[in-house]
Amino acid sequence: MSDYNFAYLDEQTKRMIRRAILKGLAVPGYQVPFASREMPMPYGWGTGGVQVTAATLVPDDSLKVIDQGADDTTNAVSIRKFFERTAGVATTEETKKASVIQTRHRIPEADLSEDQILVYQVPIPEPLRFLEPREMETRKMHSLEEYGLMHVKLYEDISQHGDIATAYAYPVKVEDRYVMDPSPIPKFDNPKLEMAAIQLFGAGREQRIYALPPYTRVVSLDFEDYPFEATKANHPCDLCAAEDSYLDEVILDDAGSRMFVCSDTDYCRSRRAEGHVGRLGEEAA
Amino acid sequence: MSLDIETNSYGGGFATPPVDAANAFRAAMNAMARPGTVQDIAGASPPAGISPAAGALLLTLCDPETGVYLAPDVDSPELRAWLAFHTGAPIVAADQADFALGSWVALMPVGQYRVGTSEYPDRSATLIVEMAQLIPATATLTGPGIKERAELRLPDVAACQANAMQFPLGVDFFFTCGGQLTALPRSTTILPKE
Repeated sequence: MSDYNFAYLDEQTKRMIRRAILKGLAVPGYQVPFASREMPMPYGWGTGGVQVTAATLVPDDSLKVIDQGADDTTNAVSIRKFFERTAGVATTEETKKASVIQTRHRIPEADLSEDQILVYQVPIPEPLRFLEPREMETRKMHSLEEYGLMHVKLYEDISQHGDIATAYAYPVKVEDRYVMDPSPIPKFDNPKLEMAAIQLFGAGREQRIYALPPYTRVVSLDFEDYPFEATKANHPCDLCAAEDSYLDEVILDDAGSRMFVCSDTDYCRSRRAEGHVGRLGEEAA
Repeated sequence: MSLDIETNSYGGGFATPPVDAANAFRAAMNAMARPGTVQDIAGASPPAGISPAAGALLLTLCDPETGVYLAPDVDSPELRAWLAFHTGAPIVAADQADFALGSWVALMPVGQYRVGTSEYPDRSATLIVEMAQLIPATATLTGPGIKERAELRLPDVAACQANAMQFPLGVDFFFTCGGQLTALPRSTTILPKE
């Protein structure tokens, strides 16, 4: 196969990660410390997700890697090649054909099924970190369920901006117990956190793993008079005309013309293959 | 002198450890993430008296960093030698264990195992409970990993309910029988089945 052990990591490292994943699944939303390893890529490039994926993969898997929804960006391509070479697994760009999907900052638009696993790359796993820099304190806050500070932060958003201005990494409460950072996914994706697939979160630099079993109750924090709202750019996709997908804005020239396209490239491609055409669709085809 | 690997502690491990352990872990993860489902797990041939499923779990999850407690009914020189050779895991007392193996009766009381601390609920034991059978179900389950409700055979519903009441503290269970396993994390809400 290759000169690497299956999926790169040594077996003892995988056992340590696997034990952390099992405890993470048993206590949904709680951040399990783990002994993150040096990976052949810099911290911040998805080393946490890569380690979780490496500990989870089996040879029959079909792996998809996305970066902000796209299969063809540097981070996604590098990680996909990494596992092609070190694990010998099949890779795919089609969401439906993938059994393991590693993602950076998006949840695919297509609903995931029970036999899929979604692995998130997480930069800062601690939702309270920007409110309280000391790990000793945030750990105590989680143990005491002391989450008032997070509500104060959301309230300050409202008093400064008129509404909750947090647009990504929007904090959620898991099974009415732990407040969790869903990684910097847009808040548009938050409702999708309640899904049929297993969700695993890996933060390499911060050495934390956490997890959501399927159908776990995940509630975005809000107020009665300022309810949570999943927002997106108010346009259809200019390539596939989708009204329901999260959009990227692309500046086209110096005169300020722009287009909005699906951030999920596989979703956009499959819709165009079905014959949907957006405002600029034919030029792109 | 020939080495008969069928009758001593050197045999019975994974044939291809990275791949067998990956497949075994996937089964264990699916069981823990979806309480009530029965998963197939294979690859291990532990000494007599231990199910292949329990053997595969030990090979997949235990190593020199994890203390293993062997309940009196499974503790034997053969099993100790097999564990030492294949995992290097130290044998420890129940209140120190990361993993505990045995039948339900032999493992009790459940209160003697580590349940974690409120700041580190992950520092808790995982019990591998050998069962005579995994069906029929005796309890109805709701909670994370379960769409509406699921059913599971539990050796003692009341004891598992008491464990779940401690959430986020508590121990987690694998139930093993032959080449199959089920799991019960502490997060599951348990009702006796009518």
